[in-house]
Amino acid sequence: MRRYFGRKLLIYGLTFFVAVTINWMIPRFMPGDPVASMLARANVTQPAAYEAMRSYYTGLFGLDQPIWQQYLNFWGRLLRGDFGTSIYLFPTPVSTVIKGAVPYSIGLVMPSVLLSWVVGNWAGAIAARRKVLDNTALPIGYVLTAMPHMWLGVLMAWGFGVILGWLPIAGGYSFSMRPSLTWAFAWDLVVHWFLPFLSLFLIALGGWAIGMRNMIIYELESDYSNYLSALGAPQRLIRRYAFRNAVLPQITGLALQLGVIVAGALVTEIVFSYPGLGSLILNAIKNKDFFLIQGAFLFIVLGVLIANFIIDIVYVVVDPRTRAGMVAGT
Amino acid sequence: MTTLQTAPEKAETVVRREALYFAFRNPKLLGGLAVVLILLAVGIFGPILDSGDPFAYSFTDAIQSPSGKHWFGTTTFGQDVFTQFVAGLRTTFEVGALGGGLTAIIGMVIGFVAGYRGGMIDEILNMLTNIVLVLPALAVLLIVNAYLGVRSVGMQALFIGLTSWPWVARAVRAQTFSLRTRDFVDLARLSAVPTRKIILREIAPNMSSYLFMTFILCFGGSILIASSLDFIGLGPTQGVSLGLMLQNAHQWSALTLGMWWWFIPPGAGITLIVGALYVANVGLDEVFNPKLRET
Amino acid sequence: MITVDGLRVYYRTLKGDVRALDGVTFDVRDGEILGLAGESGCGKTTLGKSLIRMDGRMKHVAGTVTLDGRSLPIADDAAMVPFRFHEVSLIPQYSMSALNPTRKIGRMIRELLKARQAPYDEQELHKRLELVGLGVETLERYPIELSGGMKQRMVMVISTLLNPSLLIADEITSALDVSTQKAVATALAGFRDAGFLKSMIFITHDISLTYQIADTIMVMYAGKLAEKAPAKTMVTAPRHPYTQLLLNSLPEVGVRYGQRRLAGIPGSPPSLLNPPDGCRFRDRCPLAYGKCAEEPPPVEVEPGHFVACWKA
Repeated sequence: MRRYFGRKLLIYGLTFFVAVTINWMIPRFMPGDPVASMLARANVTQPAAYEAMRSYYTGLFGLDQPIWQQYLNFWGRLLRGDFGTSIYLFPTPVSTVIKGAVPYSIGLVMPSVLLSWVVGNWAGAIAARRKVLDNTALPIGYVLTAMPHMWLGVLMAWGFGVILGWLPIAGGYSFSMRPSLTWAFAWDLVVHWFLPFLSLFLIALGGWAIGMRNMIIYELESDYSNYLSALGAPQRLIRRYAFRNAVLPQITGLALQLGVIVAGALVTEIVFSYPGLGSLILNAIKNKDFFLIQGAFLFIVLGVLIANFIIDIVYVVVDPRTRAGMVAGT
Repeated sequence: MTTLQTAPEKAETVVRREALYFAFRNPKLLGGLAVVLILLAVGIFGPILDSGDPFAYSFTDAIQSPSGKHWFGTTTFGQDVFTQFVAGLRTTFEVGALGGGLTAIIGMVIGFVAGYRGGMIDEILNMLTNIVLVLPALAVLLIVNAYLGVRSVGMQALFIGLTSWPWVARAVRAQTFSLRTRDFVDLARLSAVPTRKIILREIAPNMSSYLFMTFILCFGGSILIASSLDFIGLGPTQGVSLGLMLQNAHQWSALTLGMWWWFIPPGAGITLIVGALYVANVGLDEVFNPKLRET
Repeated sequence: MITVDGLRVYYRTLKGDVRALDGVTFDVRDGEILGLAGESGCGKTTLGKSLIRMDGRMKHVAGTVTLDGRSLPIADDAAMVPFRFHEVSLIPQYSMSALNPTRKIGRMIRELLKARQAPYDEQELHKRLELVGLGVETLERYPIELSGGMKQRMVMVISTLLNPSLLIADEITSALDVSTQKAVATALAGFRDAGFLKSMIFITHDISLTYQIADTIMVMYAGKLAEKAPAKTMVTAPRHPYTQLLLNSLPEVGVRYGQRRLAGIPGSPPSLLNPPDGCRFRDRCPLAYGKCAEEPPPVEVEPGHFVACWKA
């Protein structure tokens, strides 16, 4: 088990290292003087702001220093939590900007991912049992997984927001509200949260249901199921075993899907102008705010790595074989 | 030697004929393929028949709902949505074929080599695979696109290929692992056939059906990633794609203006292509895997 | 005592019915171990499956099976359930993967017994585990922690836990090495002697292994019985040309064959999709003559020795 976690941590560590290196390297691939071209692209007009930013970024990049020194400096600042300063929200530090957006993103992604995983597995297990359900659930599942996230989001907003007028379709809370610890504000948050949540939930649902259905059918044809049938064990017992075994690859699947989930959450936030990382990135791209993009990138990578590690821990808890001292899978 | 070789060849043609037999009777495969081919035909021949400029502004024709003149209506700027849709389909297929193809090729090469060679090479490639696997592809594409301004369809496909190959590599590696100990591979190895040839002639043909299905999934996945990139505003700067249409519709508030004809067709197009590909893939699985056939 | 009479079980395929088991009659007395041998595709595994659980593609065409005076409803999956495990049990080919990988073995056994409304007799279970050389602590392990041989023995104990009247052991030794094969076979004979099972059908393609534990050997060819005789007779004085050739092709069958050259049997068994009339071994048989165009019925040439051949 120690070997299992050791290996995982090594991979995550290396991944983080690679991510940071990419982050450091890419601006230096830009043709010409990165500071000048960044400021030019960012359309900074006020001369005072321009000068302030110019000297700030020149110092930050430290282009006059040897390349290894620049790289080490980059790591040093990173470890101190210094992600640079946002251009379009100058002079707010990137870390502050991101910290404001992260709670919204997590509040959106976590419930939708967990709920769709649970409900999807449950639906898939039922679909594997009944032919009629299978014939209806499966096509729906395929349509859902094939949908681009933003499109389902747009459809939801159009149906529930524009046509029916039930729910707001933009923002994290109403313009008229000030963030406060009141029930009214909390309710406002929930109302704004619901549609982006629902569209993320629905899209992921299809994939989990299909995956579970296929896994269960595979498990029901496995040798241990056949043996139990030959000994006259009731279907109930066999299904219970099959479900338990089929859940394990679904947990691994959750880790493999994290990239897709992140991408889906970003575009869904953009559709609903939800004030999470997605909308932040969109603004950063529009305003050529490179430090913000880089900071958001590192935060996303970090979040994905942490999520991966949590899933690894859960897997060890759920799969007895890993606890029994055996290394199962990777 | 000649007598030995004819037997498996005969068996192979039988298997192939049997697969064809089932292929022509599989509604999922036929239905999925039909949808994809029809949309592909529209994408290829549409721009020839409908030679309008997808970007042509026309203030007299702005914000028209679908009609005989404008099948899918017009945008806020009077651009014809159908003309854009047809042109966008083509781009979307291009991204799917290029990005999906590249993803599949990179994944297969790495998977084959890692699975076949084993040992140290496998360790290193496996580590690389795992690292790229954990890195969220869209996030990487985000900063690469933002800084380097990669904006052509080809470059977009290239970067999709470079970031989404790991799961292919993992699957191919596992399959190669189980194939490389088989007799026919041993025989080839003993006859001093070079590794590249063993992989191409002995291992790859034996998992060809699997590889083909992998390519289909990559194709669909690549379309979805590209459309997300387009939507964020990191799509190709020239031309039009279904994702870019969605982005425009969103950016110009088609939603609040109730211009459903602007945002429904591109999303439906993507969903149809990708969904049909997935369904065809399930059909193929049933064709190639006798266990899944209903008897 | 199990009596099989004129049993026909076909496989449904797209091209038509494959007559995998085409009219087989025999019986196994209490306390008897019947070795069932033949090439792959001769119908021996189909026979074994028919007696406990047919898979979806198999269909019962004709014939009856009687176990201890009661008729076995082999074609009715649900009606067979009460007989399974209690009366008829199975040690499958796939013992290595027959146990649920995510349950501790002891818990799986308890859950299985409870689901079958059978009492859980812990002492008896421990006793039997020790008999096959498995410690009691094995019950607290997961299957992945056991070696192949241990899993094999564990499945043997589980399958016979309710003292079935008939045990079907289907190619159980093919995954094991030679020394383990012999140990497993002897252990099974020991189970019979201890009264854990009344009679057993030991299916294998390996005649020499059968000879070591079986009282009677039955050789099948292309879905039909070729020859059935007491083990000793079968090995020393086979009457059917197929059995003779089969034994000739083996290096050693308990008896020395001196310097005789090993000979395979030329040709291959007929397709069972549309099997030819008459003796199915005709095309490969060195003794075939005109009469063989008619189907030879199994004839009892001496007490307990049945041969289906016009020349016998």
